[in-house]
Amino acid sequence: MAERPLSPHLSIWKWGPAMLVSILHRVSGDGLALVGLPVLLWWLGALASGPAAYETFTSVATAWYGYVVLVGLSWAFFNHFASGVRHFVLDIGAGYEVDRNNRWSVVTTAAGFVLTAAFWAAVVLL
Amino acid sequence: MKHGTALGRVRALGSAHEGTHHWLLQRFTAAGNLLTVLFLAVSFVALPDLSYATVRAWLGHPLPALAIGLMIVSVFWHARLGLQVLVEDYVHGASRFAAILLLNLTAFAGAAFGLLSLVRIVAGATAETAAAAAAAAQVQQALQGMMGGGMPQ
Repeated sequence: MAERPLSPHLSIWKWGPAMLVSILHRVSGDGLALVGLPVLLWWLGALASGPAAYETFTSVATAWYGYVVLVGLSWAFFNHFASGVRHFVLDIGAGYEVDRNNRWSVVTTAAGFVLTAAFWAAVVLL
Repeated sequence: MKHGTALGRVRALGSAHEGTHHWLLQRFTAAGNLLTVLFLAVSFVALPDLSYATVRAWLGHPLPALAIGLMIVSVFWHARLGLQVLVEDYVHGASRFAAILLLNLTAFAGAAFGLLSLVRIVAGATAETAAAAAAAAQVQQALQGMMGGGMPQ
């Protein structure tokens, strides 16, 4: 590695909403890819295989640890969905003013939790 | 034989030599995910239960089967692109080559397994419909036989 001068301010920073929404976008997206897709394939494979295989899947999915994973995956989806829509808005060049960017970063993160709660409420109640 | 000047061939392609190709595909597949995964989420809520019989019958219909088929292609493509960025950020040297190779093999294998499962589910539903139709025809034939062939249409 070349001995280039480093920024003296590289370690001087504080958390902001945009940083939170950025890292959560990566965490939720990669979580969906690495955990969500195998669960999706297990579900589809069991469904294709027959009632016994599907019973095995649902017995794990409806155990307490199954619900932990499913609730986590649903949050990952709705979080990634909300911050993905934010990316579409940023892609057209809008929402870069500091105040507006901070506000929508908070709204995006909150929307992930609200949509997750609404989804499970709908699953249980409807 | 490529035409144009050397400058014209590389202009706007950037240091990765592929321009906005990866970025655009990430957006196109994101739009696909938005539509198809929301379809799945709404279906989970709308279905009366998630038992084997209910879900099999639901996926046996053309529209859900089409939506889930497109979803499998879109989510695995999007995941391949996203995990590629993760690998490029955190894995270096020869390990990166191995990780990208593994990622490509796994993404294609996963999508193929999902589509194959879907084909088996849809084929099963089609066979069940055909068997049900044959059984109904047999019952009708038997009834007609019992009634001397005089059953009104």
